[in-house]
Amino acid sequence: MSIIAKPEGPARQGSVPRQRAPSNVEFYSWIFMRISGILLIGLVFTHIGIMHVLEGGVSRVNFAFVCGRWSGPFWQTWDWAQLFLATLHGANGMRIVMTDYIRSPQKRLAAKTLLSIAAGLMIILGTITILTFSPLDCAPPSA
Amino acid sequence: MRDGRARRAAPALSRERESDVSAVRQAQPRGRKSFYRGGEGMLTWVLHRVSGVALFGFLFVHVLDTSLVVVSPGLYNGVIELYHAPIVKLMEMGLVGAVLYHGLNGLRITLVDFWSKGAARNKMMMRVQTVVFVVLLLGALIPMTAQLIDEIQRNGII
Repeated sequence: MSIIAKPEGPARQGSVPRQRAPSNVEFYSWIFMRISGILLIGLVFTHIGIMHVLEGGVSRVNFAFVCGRWSGPFWQTWDWAQLFLATLHGANGMRIVMTDYIRSPQKRLAAKTLLSIAAGLMIILGTITILTFSPLDCAPPSA
Repeated sequence: MRDGRARRAAPALSRERESDVSAVRQAQPRGRKSFYRGGEGMLTWVLHRVSGVALFGFLFVHVLDTSLVVVSPGLYNGVIELYHAPIVKLMEMGLVGAVLYHGLNGLRITLVDFWSKGAARNKMMMRVQTVVFVVLLLGALIPMTAQLIDEIQRNGII
């Protein structure tokens, strides 16, 4: 990790006065993308393998299938970790893309606001889904 | 308006100045229409970005459809039924490709960032990445094509 260094502000003897302390947000988000990315490879590749490749794929996914998987804490935690990490990883990536391509500050602010609302909704909705799902509801579906 | 006044009053957001732009243009090799040199490094960057944006859009929809599980089992099953259509299976194959590409490329980027030999070994890693990508993609697409054929035989191409 010797290559990694925190960004430093201008030198104290320099000509540019420091107006505010340098922020490390970009540094930590850079680290987060890599750490979450590594974790997501394990989580998502396995998830895709189970859902799409093995044993007939999506055709076997239905409410009863979800009942079986979410009956215990392992897959509930796995899926919530996927939700949390993937949403933040993706939203941060979108933030970077928006910063690159949206020139007007007002439109950029609007886009980033919508993005943070969408990301927040995804995490809240997904958390509610996993927490309120009850295996007791796993009677055969009526429809 | 293409009068001289408008051209001089460049928007404050644009940081390009006449001298910078002309300097870059003069530095450009002849016969090239774009500033960009292209190459496989730029291609991997573009694909990483495109796959990432596409995956985020997919994730948004996926969180929504999975949340139906706590609304009503019948509704959830109904929506999943829609996903059995062959056209959706083709989109799933694209999804698997996007996930594989974005993940493998991201892994290479992380190795370049954190491994002392990463930058030196980048070209080799790109070749390994391509091979692994093709192998894993085929490994996924072959069963998925079998599923697609199975679905078409059972329910037709709608």
